[in-house]
Amino acid sequence: MQLTNRSKQVSNKEMTFSERMYLPAIVGGLRVTFSHMLKKGATVQYPEQVREHSAVFRGQHVLKRDAEGRENCTACGLCAVACPAEAITIVAGERQKGEEHLYREEKYAVEYDINMLRCIFCGLCEEACPKDAIYLTDRIVTSNYERANFIFRKEDLVEKVALEGRIDISKRKKDK
Amino acid sequence: MILASVITFKLALAAILFVITLGIAAYSTYFERKVAAFMQDRIGPNRAGPLGLLQPIADGVKMIFKEEHRPTGSNRILFILGPSIAMLTALMTSAVIPWSPKYFEIGGQKYALQIADINVGILYVFGVVSLGVYGILIGGWSSNNKYSLLGAVRASSQMISYELAMGLSIIPIILGSESLQMSAIVESQHEVWNIFKYPLGFLIFLICAFAETNRTPFDLPECETELVGGYHTEYTSMKLGFFLFSEYVNMFASSAVISTLFFGGYHFPGMSLLPAGVAVLVGVGVLFAKIIFFIFFFMWIRWTIPRFRYDQLMHLGWQVLMPLAIILVVVYGAIFSFI
Repeated sequence: MQLTNRSKQVSNKEMTFSERMYLPAIVGGLRVTFSHMLKKGATVQYPEQVREHSAVFRGQHVLKRDAEGRENCTACGLCAVACPAEAITIVAGERQKGEEHLYREEKYAVEYDINMLRCIFCGLCEEACPKDAIYLTDRIVTSNYERANFIFRKEDLVEKVALEGRIDISKRKKDK
Repeated sequence: MILASVITFKLALAAILFVITLGIAAYSTYFERKVAAFMQDRIGPNRAGPLGLLQPIADGVKMIFKEEHRPTGSNRILFILGPSIAMLTALMTSAVIPWSPKYFEIGGQKYALQIADINVGILYVFGVVSLGVYGILIGGWSSNNKYSLLGAVRASSQMISYELAMGLSIIPIILGSESLQMSAIVESQHEVWNIFKYPLGFLIFLICAFAETNRTPFDLPECETELVGGYHTEYTSMKLGFFLFSEYVNMFASSAVISTLFFGGYHFPGMSLLPAGVAVLVGVGVLFAKIIFFIFFFMWIRWTIPRFRYDQLMHLGWQVLMPLAIILVVVYGAIFSFI
């Protein structure tokens, strides 16, 4: 009974003279290896050349600012609730007078920590966020020797005020 | 006066050849890694210097600064003598290779780019090559390690077996050129290269050259899967470097011998059309191109064919190549004596 059509007929026939001579087979092998010399390799020279990530790649988080440079996050805690790995810790605070240029709404995150060792990069925080504040980017969380260094503080996560320091997340933006 | 100028010329030639040999051997290591990489769709060394060209220097520096180690119970003198002999014999071969036609004139003086044009040149090559086995044997034996010893035993039996067929395969050439002198053998190829006259002899010689230099598919002396590192298992630092390096020097030397015996040495088509001085220069370049091609061929084979099993190696040497070479000698002997 034949289950698949992949079975091969095996024969034990004597090798012909040319097969016993090896040389034709060696010449064939030399042709194969030489053809590979002319092929273009698939290597990406990593630190210098970086392959573009796909649009759905989920890497290190970013806390976004709005067009005027104010933090979007209002410390509502929905991301922390949504997080299945419980990696996010938020301490909320009230915006004082004179801080309107720093925070968009009256409440803001005084502390915003993400434990990158706990994080599973599922992107649920991003889905949960009602304020467009947190996004997963195509940046890779770098390795480290210390566990403590894997807890990213707010200053590690918030993007820069200057426009050229902003992190592009347009690829991950969905129509909401 | 003339004697002094001849001696200086020969010494300078020897020094230049020494440097060129070492340079080519050093860059063969780089070239080998590059060829291997290209054949496996990789890139190869490219970090040390532009295109990785400083890699051999980096490797050499690494080798020199590695810790020296000598196993307990090993014979100190022989342990050092092993790699020295390997390196020495590897470097000695190219002394009889003629790099240019015999006697070209510069300002009334006659010169030949050949260090020693001895009348038994080809026997000298075989003698030096068979001395090379002592380096491996002594190195392996004095290491006081069973893997080293097994590797050394393998190497010596392999080299002795293949020397026979190798020696027999060039007898037609000696018959044809009626000389053992390297320069005469090259001169006899002025019209037709020996490869067209003795293709089977070339094939046997080539296979034996692979066995003599311990290159794949005959690199059983350093078969990692069975013998750890073979005869150089216990070697470290530059002593190991000498063993590895002598393989590349040997490759250069055997490529030079193959080009000289079978591919017309410095001869190239249209040589007589050029003025004598230019022809000499181009001839040297052509010979080096041939040598580099054969070094590439050694590498090409290495990254194509897997290693032979030991009984297959012995079978090939004694039961295939030996009888073939003997038949060759008989046939060409008959041709040269009756026709």
